[in-house]
Amino acid sequence: MSEHAHKTPFIRKYIFSTDHKVIGIQFLMMSLFFMIIGGLLAMMVRWQLGFPEKAMPLGTLFPDKLMPEGHMGPEFYNAVFTMHASIMIFLVIIPILAGAFGNFLVPLMIGARDMAYPKLNMLSFWVAVPGGLLMASSFFTDTGAAATGWTAYPPLSAVADYTGVTAGQSMWIGAVLIVGTASIMGAVNYITTIINMRAPGMHLFRMPLTIWALFITAILQLLATPVLASVMGMLLFDRTLGTHFFAPVGGGQVLMFQHMFWFYSHPAVYIMILPAMGFVSDILATFSRKPIFGYKAMAFSIMGIAGLGFIVWGHHMFQSGMNPLLGTTFMASTMVIAVPSAIKTFNWLGTIWRGSIRFTPAMLNALAFVSTFIVGGLSGIFMASTPVDMFIHDTYFIVAHIHYVLFGGSLFGVFAAINYWYPKMFGRMMNEAVNTVHFILTFIFFNLTFFPMHMLGMAGHMRRIADPTAYDFLKPLQPLNEFITINALILGAVQVLFAGNFIISLFAGKKAERNPWHANSLEWVAPSPPPHGNFETIPTVYHGPYEFSVPGVVEDYLPQDRPAPGGAPSHTPSLSTARA
Amino acid sequence: MHWLPEGVSTYSANIDSMFTIILWVTGIAFVLTETLLFAFSWMYRRREGVRATYTHGNGRLEVIWTVVPAVLLLFLAFASSNVWSKIKVHIPTTRETIVVTASQFNWEVRYAGADGKLDSEDDLVLNNDMRLPVGEPVRIRLRSKDVIHSFFVPVFRLKQDAVPGMTIDVWVQPTKAGVYEIACAELCGFGHTSMRGQLTVLEPDAYDAWIKESETNVAAGNPPA
Repeated sequence: MSEHAHKTPFIRKYIFSTDHKVIGIQFLMMSLFFMIIGGLLAMMVRWQLGFPEKAMPLGTLFPDKLMPEGHMGPEFYNAVFTMHASIMIFLVIIPILAGAFGNFLVPLMIGARDMAYPKLNMLSFWVAVPGGLLMASSFFTDTGAAATGWTAYPPLSAVADYTGVTAGQSMWIGAVLIVGTASIMGAVNYITTIINMRAPGMHLFRMPLTIWALFITAILQLLATPVLASVMGMLLFDRTLGTHFFAPVGGGQVLMFQHMFWFYSHPAVYIMILPAMGFVSDILATFSRKPIFGYKAMAFSIMGIAGLGFIVWGHHMFQSGMNPLLGTTFMASTMVIAVPSAIKTFNWLGTIWRGSIRFTPAMLNALAFVSTFIVGGLSGIFMASTPVDMFIHDTYFIVAHIHYVLFGGSLFGVFAAINYWYPKMFGRMMNEAVNTVHFILTFIFFNLTFFPMHMLGMAGHMRRIADPTAYDFLKPLQPLNEFITINALILGAVQVLFAGNFIISLFAGKKAERNPWHANSLEWVAPSPPPHGNFETIPTVYHGPYEFSVPGVVEDYLPQDRPAPGGAPSHTPSLSTARA
Repeated sequence: MHWLPEGVSTYSANIDSMFTIILWVTGIAFVLTETLLFAFSWMYRRREGVRATYTHGNGRLEVIWTVVPAVLLLFLAFASSNVWSKIKVHIPTTRETIVVTASQFNWEVRYAGADGKLDSEDDLVLNNDMRLPVGEPVRIRLRSKDVIHSFFVPVFRLKQDAVPGMTIDVWVQPTKAGVYEIACAELCGFGHTSMRGQLTVLEPDAYDAWIKESETNVAAGNPPA
């Protein structure tokens, strides 16, 4: 600890801190807190779908208005799934990837002492918190929380009479605007920091893929989020000021909302997965003791996904009434965006090929990421096809797809990242045995929960309906719905293992060394946990971050700040020299 | 594909075969990549004295696994666009246009009636009840009075949003008589789940008879048959 850190009063050190590590951990705690709420909401959704006739356990604890005798009414059901998705997207996945890990890792991995704008960074967190609270507190208003899905399509969301929800929907819009502002502040900071504050020798193509992913993600956030802000602003005006941006009676365009919303939200899908791809790339290389396969192809495919991500939004609107010819062009761009994802998958396979794999919980979760991302990526091709989408659009096939990408992908990526960087964040190790059990159970019950949803979707099961048994053609599927619900409840319960391990290890975990995984990137050069200012002296970078098992080097790793001993290759990856 | 519901429109088989083609392509990719993932994880687990191979990649492999998926995906896009164009871009000439107006939480189904003109006194108007003849293409004109709804007939594989302020035409040619369900596929409010309609596909004779009887009823000031 430096002299400076000792003198900092508690409130400046842990609450209104400008230290990127503290802010990162604050974002982590906030996201994990909201993950619990979002997860419980998911359990409620599943109960209703599995057992629409039965009163929910503990359902009587809710006010009678919401759940008469423990039965969920359709109004409340709509609010529950809307808030499940909104919380998971805006308050869990985006802040945990960009806010928590982005903040914690960017300066450490590029060899900087802090972010370019530490105060803006602090502001970003303290703007996000009230946004989250605003969203969550909307449950307690008279007419309840927003109930129009996380997509909030007008006119349903624009006119209070259509849902009966008054303040809740407006608070939801306000919350999205606020957390969006927070994420723009973060993005500006990451971009500036990565461009300007890299340690000597840290060329762009020596940056870990985690940093590449966070960098490109920040650019996406910076360019896309203002569009979300404008569309939410217009929606709020329609609701409160009597404007008609999306109201046909006043000459407005209903579909314009969807175009603007998805112009943000499709890139946002990549905001929610690219950082996890970066983490997984680093973790796979570290625990395979092998350089990442095709480093430059990996970096360029991140850019490719981000670039193409801006011209595929229309695939959410194939059946919306948008000109069907436009659908054809969006289908073509959507098919093409699967290519960089395929490149990444093959390179991950190439990375573990002929490695020396250590199955730590971080590695297991990273492998699970690849495995489930394959499913989520491939199922996306079905809905990219316009005619097939006509059938499966707005069915459980889509629900299966999004959960394979966001839970199977992003969340396994997050589990991997927490396992991997926990020692650096808190200076202690998590219990590996508990996290291995947590991983195995999560992986099994994740697949048992979400894979059958593809079958529901194939059978035509619509999403966002409160009672599948209302339709004759869905009645035969009810046993499958019950099966999914039971597995989902177990999946939820299993998370207690991880939460418990997370909390107990903070106090009782084994003390972590500087570099417990024998990894190469710069965060492992700093002490665990790193003090204010991160490094004793700013490291100099001599090569890329994936120099594992270098011939001529005794150890099987070579940190970025350690020059290769005489004779051994000092490698900065490039495509032209990329030969096996 | 026994999970897919029965298909009873002329284009349902096209959609199902497109689905099957994609299932094969993605299924093979799935088996290949997952097998490699598990096989590599097993084969290259850490063993004493065995060091990982030092390699940064392979340019030729990068080209192969960029080009092969790209070609396959563009093929799928091309094949899909033909089916799509047949279903949603080009609408065949039809004898009849039926107007479906969605509102919270009801499907109003309107037939032109005896004068052959829509929006006139003698229109046949049904709620949550639609009749169609086998073997004839029909144009369905979708409107909405309030919020976005989505007209979804799983057995036809047909889905189209009904959007306030827009008039959207789709078409279908049923192939088999029977009683089916119409669902709303776009969240439209608390009654979304119950926005269910019944679709009866009739043999041409039975359909004509129903139209005739309904026209007589409406002329006499009664609801359609």
